[in-house]
Amino acid sequence: MALDKPYKDVPGTIIFDAEQSRKGYWLNQFCMSLMKAENRERFKADERAYLDEWAMTEEQKQAVLARDLNWCMRTGGNIYFLAKIGATDGKSFQQMAGSMTGMTEEEYRNMMLNGGRSAEGNRYLGEDGDAQPQHQPQGSAGKKG
Amino acid sequence: MARITASVYTSHVPAIGAAIDLGKTQEDYWKPLFAGYDFSKQWMKDNKPDVIFLVYNDHATAFSLDLIPTFAIGTAAEYQPADEGWGPRPVPKVIGHPELASHIAQSVIQQDFDLTIVNKMDVDHGLTVPLSLMCGQPEAWPCPVIPFAVNVVQYPVPSGQRCYNLGKAIRKAVESFDQDLNVQIWGTGGMSHQLQGARAGLINREWDNAWLDQLINDPEAAAATPHIDYVREAGSEGIELVMWLIARGAMADVAGGPAPKLAHRFYHVPASNTAVGHVILENS
Repeated sequence: MALDKPYKDVPGTIIFDAEQSRKGYWLNQFCMSLMKAENRERFKADERAYLDEWAMTEEQKQAVLARDLNWCMRTGGNIYFLAKIGATDGKSFQQMAGSMTGMTEEEYRNMMLNGGRSAEGNRYLGEDGDAQPQHQPQGSAGKKG
Repeated sequence: MARITASVYTSHVPAIGAAIDLGKTQEDYWKPLFAGYDFSKQWMKDNKPDVIFLVYNDHATAFSLDLIPTFAIGTAAEYQPADEGWGPRPVPKVIGHPELASHIAQSVIQQDFDLTIVNKMDVDHGLTVPLSLMCGQPEAWPCPVIPFAVNVVQYPVPSGQRCYNLGKAIRKAVESFDQDLNVQIWGTGGMSHQLQGARAGLINREWDNAWLDQLINDPEAAAATPHIDYVREAGSEGIELVMWLIARGAMADVAGGPAPKLAHRFYHVPASNTAVGHVILENS
């Protein structure tokens, strides 16, 4: 019998469940290693070589090199683990979260100062809120072209 | 006998810790947030506990994917503030209460909650930010702390109902400890926030405040909130609120006593990506 996963229809959201955790084990453990200063140094000195020490998939390595956190999450990353990459790069949680929306840092910060993103239209896939797939990327990035 | 005298609820956003550590609390961005805790700091001085039982979650700090305990109780003599990648917070080390913690572990396991017992771990912002918010920047924390870590990182996290029932068991455990101790139980994390994906930055002021009303006046109803409601209404990380139900379940009214006194309630948006909620309930 299939597992109960009622969270699959929430737009712009990947729930880190047992399946994602299994996929992302080595990616997340690589992130954990960045909690040690000496590992941060080695990673920064040669990112590709450091990543090759881990049993990650090539796609996971590419996602890390691109610093594409949405891509990292699709391949099993969890935000609390991925935050270690952000810390290594000197990024705050707000910068990291904002980077996943397509908004500039200032656009995202202003959205939060104005009360944050509304849940209206963003509860179920198929509605018309700003987090829905048809409205990506957001902010000035979405207006280009 | 030991008794639970009050429960404290607060968000534990890492940026709040950074603002305190870097001396930014009087900046325009942060001032309204910290003003909401002025009452609480005085209240802590007037109602100093002997022990704080602090429910929080580890954020991939002490627990990696190698080991994911649903409920973990710290029975160590002390805990160091963790280096989460930005260097350890410059806050005092946390002194534990091994006797009471071990007693609670034994009692609660005998009440059918299978706790993981932790004798060595560092504690991250989930535990130290609430202490900073309530106590300011002292040389040493005012009393021993028992860390109680809940898995809210890998889904499924424990249900609100299970957390609430666990709170009841913790209350019984505390009351069966012979020493006269004034124990506070704190529930931390939340409120609405989402740190990931195109939906990052979600805040739901109406839902948060309706949930706070329930937490205070109708905790059974708050405990019945299904996981998916937290995700849909309060964001993927809003699910941390189940931890508040452990503290609420340990209050006297849940065991047939009088309703608690609402000493303080505060709500503020934003702290970084997060809606901050804060409540203090006193047992009569």
